[in-house]
Amino acid sequence: MATLTLRNVTKQYHQGKQSLQVIHGVNATVHDGEFVVIVGPSGCGKSTLLRMVAGLEDITGGDILIGERVVNTLEPAERDIAMVFQNYALYPHMSVFDNMAYGLKIQKLPKDEIRARVEKAAGILELMPLLERKPRQLSGGQRQRVAMGRAIVRQPQVFLFDEPLSNLDAKLRAQTRLEIQKLHRELGITSLFVTHDQVEAMTLAQRMIVMNGGRMEQFDTPEEVYNRPASTFVASFIGSPPMNLLKAAPGLAAGRIVGIRPEHIDLTPGSGWRLQADTVELLGAERLVHARLGSELLTLRLDESVPAPRAGETFEATPRAERLHHFDADTGLRLQA
Amino acid sequence: MIERRPILDFVAHATLILGVAVVAFPVYLTLVASTQSAQEIAQSRPLSMWPGSHFFETYRLALFGGETSAGSTLPAGGPMLLVSLISALIIAIGKIAISLLSAFAIVYFRFPLRNLVFWMIFVTLMLPVEVRIGPTYEVVSNLGMLNSYAGLTVPLIASATATFLFRQFFLTVPDELVEAARVDGAGPMRFFWDVLLPMSATSIAALFVIQFIYGWNQYLWPLLVTTDESMYPIVLGIKRLIAGEAYTEWNVVMATAMLAMIPPALVVILMQKWFVKGLVDTEK
Repeated sequence: MATLTLRNVTKQYHQGKQSLQVIHGVNATVHDGEFVVIVGPSGCGKSTLLRMVAGLEDITGGDILIGERVVNTLEPAERDIAMVFQNYALYPHMSVFDNMAYGLKIQKLPKDEIRARVEKAAGILELMPLLERKPRQLSGGQRQRVAMGRAIVRQPQVFLFDEPLSNLDAKLRAQTRLEIQKLHRELGITSLFVTHDQVEAMTLAQRMIVMNGGRMEQFDTPEEVYNRPASTFVASFIGSPPMNLLKAAPGLAAGRIVGIRPEHIDLTPGSGWRLQADTVELLGAERLVHARLGSELLTLRLDESVPAPRAGETFEATPRAERLHHFDADTGLRLQA
Repeated sequence: MIERRPILDFVAHATLILGVAVVAFPVYLTLVASTQSAQEIAQSRPLSMWPGSHFFETYRLALFGGETSAGSTLPAGGPMLLVSLISALIIAIGKIAISLLSAFAIVYFRFPLRNLVFWMIFVTLMLPVEVRIGPTYEVVSNLGMLNSYAGLTVPLIASATATFLFRQFFLTVPDELVEAARVDGAGPMRFFWDVLLPMSATSIAALFVIQFIYGWNQYLWPLLVTTDESMYPIVLGIKRLIAGEAYTEWNVVMATAMLAMIPPALVVILMQKWFVKGLVDTEK
């Protein structure tokens, strides 16, 4: 186990005379035993960053440290990491046992040590009855567990996950999420987990990195990221439906953007805003009301017990003052209130 | 296309049966002729359609050579079969080995002029042995490889077809598998040996069948590079029997032809399952 440190890490692709910078100076420290999730829209560089940590992509600038060791130019196998791939990347001609044991065989560990480690991992992951099967005889969820097993048996200092749940169906995904959490509690290995799914990020992360356009927008606990987003991007990316960001609202100073989450607006008349309801969606326990405030669109999330306005109606609502977020309109960065 | 129409069924079956008959009849005729004596063949017009009684006699002659009833001496076919077998095996295995390695290099290594190299290999498809036979003979003869297995096989081993086939297969192997192997600490050759090779097993089997038959059927090239009777492959042996100065022992010719057909047929039959899998299988 070890601390993973990224120091001003950059990545540039060169094609002829053109160069494209995809990672702009990322600084981050993942503490020993911590579970950190990198989340962002597609193309934000999150997978590239993970692959740079793994050693599958060169880094253009900066340093990556695992423990005290600078690993910039080391081969993946020398970095003491293990990686779970999106498509699992199991060797199709090898049995589950051989898939898990392959890395250890190359390390030339003694046979009984290999067997012991594989069986221990198989026990944790409930793969014992499947050890002799080939990957194509397994279901998606089982393959995913084998891929995790292959990572576990290496007993690495850092686990890297590259969207390992995205090929599973919704139910299995939720279940596997819990299993990964449990596994992390048991093994306590420093982990870096890439996903584009904010629910995965919020539920799994001890701390999360929100990335956009190759830049790290925020690196904090899920609570902080949700409650105090560092920028308008984070505010709109995390949370569903996303935070309402208003450029024009009653009492708002020029050059500012005010943000309010849909669930933090109450239907109390008085000091509030006059809204016109466009559409109302019933989601079961709650209703989403899409409404207009002057030229701005915003969404309200109302408990089903609250009598909701009907489409076309005008109604009054009040944002909870302590839940308002203020951002600079030019930079998009959070303004400390 | 699932259609049930009796007439269509009839036409389809008739076509197939006719096709089989066209292919199988000459083989049958060869077999029948090989069981008769030379006189019977020479005297009966047309050739009898029923097997004769000289089966063992003829095949013994074809395999081990010796004096015929007419008094001429025939060379033994057995050693020629062996020569054919060895050269066909060397050609097939050599082609597969070299093509695997060159495809591996082209797909997985970034080296200068990689594409040019690939296209150069590809262009050799336009230069089969028959086209380059003069210069190749010159080279082989200068290297002193006439009348040797090296001379019989080496010039035929380089194969653009097989390289291309393996390249196409390697391109379908997911990149993540390569990366997983890197994380597991497998170097390039280790990856090749432990992952790529087992995954290509069916393609290798399919190619083996094709290339074995290609090697077995070589005629023109052995004709040029072998002058020593002990290095004649069986295909050449058949021709030599017919060209004999005395009168041709057709029964022995037919028996030798039958013998020459057996090994390729065996290879096809034994590897049929793999062969078909290798050509149609897309599952990784």
